[in-house]
Amino acid sequence: MSQGLRRLAPQLVTLAAVVALVSAFFPGFLAVEIADGRLVGSAVDVLKRGAPVALLAVGMTLVIATRGIDLSVGAVMAICGAASAWAVSNGLGLGAALALGLGAGLLCGLWNGVLVALFGIQPIVATLILMVAGRGVAQMITEGRILTFSHEGLAFFGAGDVVGVPTPILIWIVTGVAVGLLVRRTALGLLIEAIGINRPASALAGVNARVLLIAVYVASGLCAAIAGIVVAADIRGADANNAGLWLELDAILAVVIGGTSLLGGRFSVAASILGALVIQTIDTGILLAGFPSEFNLVIKAGLVVIILVLQSPRLGPGLPGFGLRAPRAAGVARTEKATE
Amino acid sequence: MKTLMLGAAMAALSTGVSAQTIGFSQIGSESGWRAAETTVTRQEAEARGIDLRFSDAQQRQENQIAAIRSFVAQGVDAILLAPVVATGWDSVLEEAKEAEIPVVLLDRQVDSSEDLYLTAVGSDLVHEGAVAGQWLVDNKPEGACRVVELQGTTGSSPAIDRANGFRQAIEGTPDIEIVRSQTGDFTRSGGKEVMESFLQAEGGGDNICALYAHNDDMALGAIQAIKEAGIDPGDDILIVSIDAVPDIFKAMAEGDANATVELTPNMAGPAFDALAAYMADGTEPEKFIQTESALYTQDDDPMAQYEARKDLGY
Repeated sequence: MSQGLRRLAPQLVTLAAVVALVSAFFPGFLAVEIADGRLVGSAVDVLKRGAPVALLAVGMTLVIATRGIDLSVGAVMAICGAASAWAVSNGLGLGAALALGLGAGLLCGLWNGVLVALFGIQPIVATLILMVAGRGVAQMITEGRILTFSHEGLAFFGAGDVVGVPTPILIWIVTGVAVGLLVRRTALGLLIEAIGINRPASALAGVNARVLLIAVYVASGLCAAIAGIVVAADIRGADANNAGLWLELDAILAVVIGGTSLLGGRFSVAASILGALVIQTIDTGILLAGFPSEFNLVIKAGLVVIILVLQSPRLGPGLPGFGLRAPRAAGVARTEKATE
Repeated sequence: MKTLMLGAAMAALSTGVSAQTIGFSQIGSESGWRAAETTVTRQEAEARGIDLRFSDAQQRQENQIAAIRSFVAQGVDAILLAPVVATGWDSVLEEAKEAEIPVVLLDRQVDSSEDLYLTAVGSDLVHEGAVAGQWLVDNKPEGACRVVELQGTTGSSPAIDRANGFRQAIEGTPDIEIVRSQTGDFTRSGGKEVMESFLQAEGGGDNICALYAHNDDMALGAIQAIKEAGIDPGDDILIVSIDAVPDIFKAMAEGDANATVELTPNMAGPAFDALAAYMADGTEPEKFIQTESALYTQDDDPMAQYEARKDLGY
């Protein structure tokens, strides 16, 4: 347990620092109250608004651990949200809507997985196809308009609450815990890391890399499907043009802030979720601070650069709690340079 | 021979029964509004007995230039053009001019010389913002009114102009103060997320008297955020926005929104009228025909407005 906490220490410290910074600009940030029987407050908003990126980050972590990347998740969100909205607005039940949404995500994941695992296409290229084409598919489902619905059952997944806690928060917690347990209480996580570190070697050692690779892309597609349903339910409508737009980049950033190397290998689902919360805290903090909107992206970029530099292996070891695993962090620093 | 043909053409025009053929080069269908504009243009043409040749450029200028050349080759009576970009139209517009085919620009402008086209029909974005602002000036509750603003995409011309127009309209009313202004990127989810932060930052919403959104979609997202915070949109917080998409009329019918300013998809109606006058007796229209920015409120039978608009393709 203490080892798990040590792994998460840099992300926890980062999150605390960002929360402290936002609180300095907006003192009531952590205040939570109960209004109309549900939790209300900026911190609750962060946990709720962070749901899409947190969900995407869960799937993205597994993909990145295999040394892959999934650029299509934003478009898959749009497809799945559109499929669910289409189902309820055509009089199908909630069950059918969820099945269609999740089924679409599963198919998208399967498509990516087959391209990567069977045809050996580089993940960035393979998933780029669906990233571009997927939004078109979503637009076909919605016929180019925002598909509005008033189905309370589906809206519950975005705007409802369970004993006062907004549903999206519960959804990402359950998904994160389920996937975390699945990969850490079984050998799955170890096998995924093995593929990411050295696929031929893992194959020689008897790991069925093909099936496992397809499985992680399917998992990513399913996570994107859940995120897409949450986003559509939240606004009671499927907006094919904007749902999940650019969220794949936030999801990758969340994984990187979570300390998982883009070069594959060791990963932590929990750390990626913390990364997603760090990003959302920054986003919400910027909105609360009331700066003119021209500054939004500059402030976000500045904070992200500071966070990544502090986590870098050169600076990290000098700070308590940072850079505990230099080899893994080294990968982060290298990719950072590559994206500059 | 040439005079004979010209004479025949004049005769055909003067009888007024000749079915006109008009080419329409549309940008594409990137937004619901654009789709509605296409639908309305077809309806207007049908009502006037015009044979409309429609060409969808799918966001590409070269497709539009090819379409105009093809219209010229077909010898249409006039061309409607909704230009995807502002530059690069000189040569193809000159070709149309040489063929004596009048061109009317819809919705957007071009950077070419004014004598290359007959007129341009469009909306004045600053005026739209001003109409929204004037509504608030006339309808705000007694005393100070703290307004929050959901802006369009940062740097886009609708966001800049609609912000300026609103400010001009409220300038003479010191009671109205814009206390928070953030971009919601013209999207529903953006409007909802930003409105949640506004509510948090302004005492749970108690300190907000009105919301001004640069488009209806952001307002619709914000309405949900306000409802989820246990506040009554339309009463506790006045909602005024721009575009007049069908869903905002539904919200108005339910008492959740107060007013919207229409960005009319009927750019073709005024264009056909100007063309008819020009062809009948050579009346040169103004170089810019401004469409009306009509204001709709809860008193304008919003449910009927919704029914009238829902099938236009928004």
